[in-house]
Amino acid sequence: MTDASANTPATPRVKTSLLELGERTKKRNAAEARFKLYGMMAVGTGVAALLLLLISILSQGLPAFTQTFIKVNITLDESVLDPSGNRDPDEISKVLTFSYDPIINDSLKGLALELSAQHSEVTADVLQDMISAEAKGRLRADVIANPDLIGQTIEYEFLANGRIDGYMKGRVTRETAELDGNVTPLQLDVADAMIVEEKLEKRFNWAFITAPDASELRPEAAGLGVALMGSAYMMAIVFCLALPIGVAASIYLEEFAPKNWITDIIEVNISNLAAVPSIVFGILGLAIFINYMGLPNSAPIVGGLVLTLMTLPTIIISTRASLKAVPPSIRDAALGVGASKMQAIFHHVLPLAAPGILTGTIIGLAQALGETAPLLLIGMVAFVNNYPESIFDPATALPVQVYNFTQRSDPAFVERASGAIIVLLVFLFCMNMIAIILRRRFERRW
Amino acid sequence: MLLTSFFVLLIALCAVGYMLGRNKAAAAAGGNLSSLHSLLSYHGWNVALSTFMAGAGVLILWAFLGTFFDGASPLIGVILGTIAALAAFTVTFGQITQSFRARNFVEGLIKALLILASSIAILTTVAIVLSMVFETGRFFSQYPWQDFFFGANWAPNFRGNSDLGMLPLLWGTLYVSFIALLVAVPIGLFAAVYLSEYASSKVRSFAKPMIEVLAGIPTIVYGLFALITVGPMLRDYFAQPLGIGESSSSVMTAGIVMGVMLIPFVSSLSDDIINAVPQAMRDGSLGLGATPSETIRQVVLPAALPGVVGAILLAASRAIGETMIVVMGAGAAARLSLNPFEAMTTVTVKIVSQLTGDTDFSSPETLVAFALGITLFVLTLGLNVLALYIVRKYREQYE
Repeated sequence: MTDASANTPATPRVKTSLLELGERTKKRNAAEARFKLYGMMAVGTGVAALLLLLISILSQGLPAFTQTFIKVNITLDESVLDPSGNRDPDEISKVLTFSYDPIINDSLKGLALELSAQHSEVTADVLQDMISAEAKGRLRADVIANPDLIGQTIEYEFLANGRIDGYMKGRVTRETAELDGNVTPLQLDVADAMIVEEKLEKRFNWAFITAPDASELRPEAAGLGVALMGSAYMMAIVFCLALPIGVAASIYLEEFAPKNWITDIIEVNISNLAAVPSIVFGILGLAIFINYMGLPNSAPIVGGLVLTLMTLPTIIISTRASLKAVPPSIRDAALGVGASKMQAIFHHVLPLAAPGILTGTIIGLAQALGETAPLLLIGMVAFVNNYPESIFDPATALPVQVYNFTQRSDPAFVERASGAIIVLLVFLFCMNMIAIILRRRFERRW
Repeated sequence: MLLTSFFVLLIALCAVGYMLGRNKAAAAAGGNLSSLHSLLSYHGWNVALSTFMAGAGVLILWAFLGTFFDGASPLIGVILGTIAALAAFTVTFGQITQSFRARNFVEGLIKALLILASSIAILTTVAIVLSMVFETGRFFSQYPWQDFFFGANWAPNFRGNSDLGMLPLLWGTLYVSFIALLVAVPIGLFAAVYLSEYASSKVRSFAKPMIEVLAGIPTIVYGLFALITVGPMLRDYFAQPLGIGESSSSVMTAGIVMGVMLIPFVSSLSDDIINAVPQAMRDGSLGLGATPSETIRQVVLPAALPGVVGAILLAASRAIGETMIVVMGAGAAARLSLNPFEAMTTVTVKIVSQLTGDTDFSSPETLVAFALGITLFVLTLGLNVLALYIVRKYREQYE
């Protein structure tokens, strides 16, 4: 064999050295480097997309947590606000918001006088347009809550109009003010004068988190209170229904179910339900819970039921995984000392699987908290500004409130929507952290 | 209020039942507890559980069936539920004797509850199908199905005489999904390959969670991102300078953002699949002198191909059913056009717009949403079943 190969006419061999890379090797190495670069670029794109998303939401949304207030000395005239003079809250609440107009106007006249040294054109009317339309109502609510204020002169902080607030946050400039019917450059000058006099102040605004939604014309007063309560109610319903039902279903499927076509159907069903588009669950909620069963529109109970059905597959899948992770020796030992099958599972297997089940449940809840589409269909997109008192009262939900804000024309609502997203993301972050901590601390490896 | 008081009453009855059952069993044992067949608590639980299940069961049944009867009111349901609960209470309480097999009864009841819980999955599917089939039937009795499925014009008009052709919506849906997959599949696949085959453990422990965070972000956040960032950016830097579009909501906007949303979905599924390819195949290829990238392209990926195709199909089904991103990013105008920088609309957007606000459930303009819903359901279900079939079949190959 060696002879034969030696005798064949030698093809002219290209001189190569192992220390020197040939053309082909170079090409292959370049392809290798390119391939690796593509991979890096892909990972980089993913990470960059995440960062861009977070930065864009944060930069747009953080201003929503501060709000501009105008400080005014206001005399709460007893003869107008409490004619009977006995400080009875029922009597005071009979005084309409309308009656507060002259009081506010008087106080603004005082402020205009103070500012006239800075700016000659200030009048009470100019200032009137700078405070929020919501200010009267808030003043009235404060007086009703604290009747002792009547008859005193207090320093009160009015919520500034959305445009003045936008000016403080850099959204409104003198150029845009020229074109805007709701604010004049004069008012911006006055605002500057007020900053000098320390009458105008931007500070943290709890009302954004606690106050109810406000109408389209009052972005400065809009808050997330009703949405947060609605979401909290729904999460409570999902937790109370999805956890027991999900655990019960998983226990049956994992521990008891005989292998037959019925259980096969259930299993296929669950994996398919997990992938059904969420909006289809909204149609289900609308058709079954509202139109057929007659449950109220926009109520957290309907939202909770729909979200329960949606999260069930997630919870069942994770619960089954954690039940499966408990080694059979635990069951055998319990059965061996005379426990019934039910006792073995409920007394021994379930407690060991609990951390995993809870982790899965929290992740399912986080998913449900961010879900929007099905809630749009069951009417939670309606404008609600009364706090829900029970799960049957109309409410909105946090993600739906975000959608609601984006549908309004005033650009101040973009800031509100992003701010609401930040609140939502903080909640989701906390829930996922709890899930991760639970998993780290309690998960056992067998 | 009625319901709350009913449930308070029911739970109180159960608590009383538990105590009484226990006491009666203890009395029946006559001081020698080991002469009982079951533990005391099982006797208590038997009364409590039966009472609760009878009461709550009748009430829930009434809530579903009550609508069949005229003049059905929650009060009748509550009264019936109370009667059932009291009946169950007296029967089970009367049963207690020394030799009564309470544990077996309780375990039977619990098992029945477990079966009930797992059948909810089936009930949900049935409810989904039924809720849409009935209304779709009503829709097609008012509007010809040929015009719905093959009509190329979507112009709902709440005074009647609307054109409700589905083709423009379907086109928008498929176009957006196509662009989303165009973004998500290469990025997701390359990211999965890089993270599982190349990245050092340090990079992996940082980048993998970062990409997975994308999967945990709610779609409304992506929708807002499309609305306030991506849409205006695409309009100002691409569409307007090139003169191909004026609107910030466009197929491109929605498609790109949806693509970002799908990246973790594609990458984590592909990661699983690539890791399932046996190491021996890689070692063989590397041993023959192939570079790592040649190994991946010519050995690992072909072996993982069916699984990857399954993952892509699952991602496609996600994209088709996605709602918030398209509602906020794609626009509302139904249009059959090839220009990706124009606003188009999708099936899900129209389901939302036809079913929110003032709706009249007898007009075809509202009912069309159910027909769209069932189309969407069938489409995504088909894709899912196909994808799961492919993935499962593939997994078995190497196990």
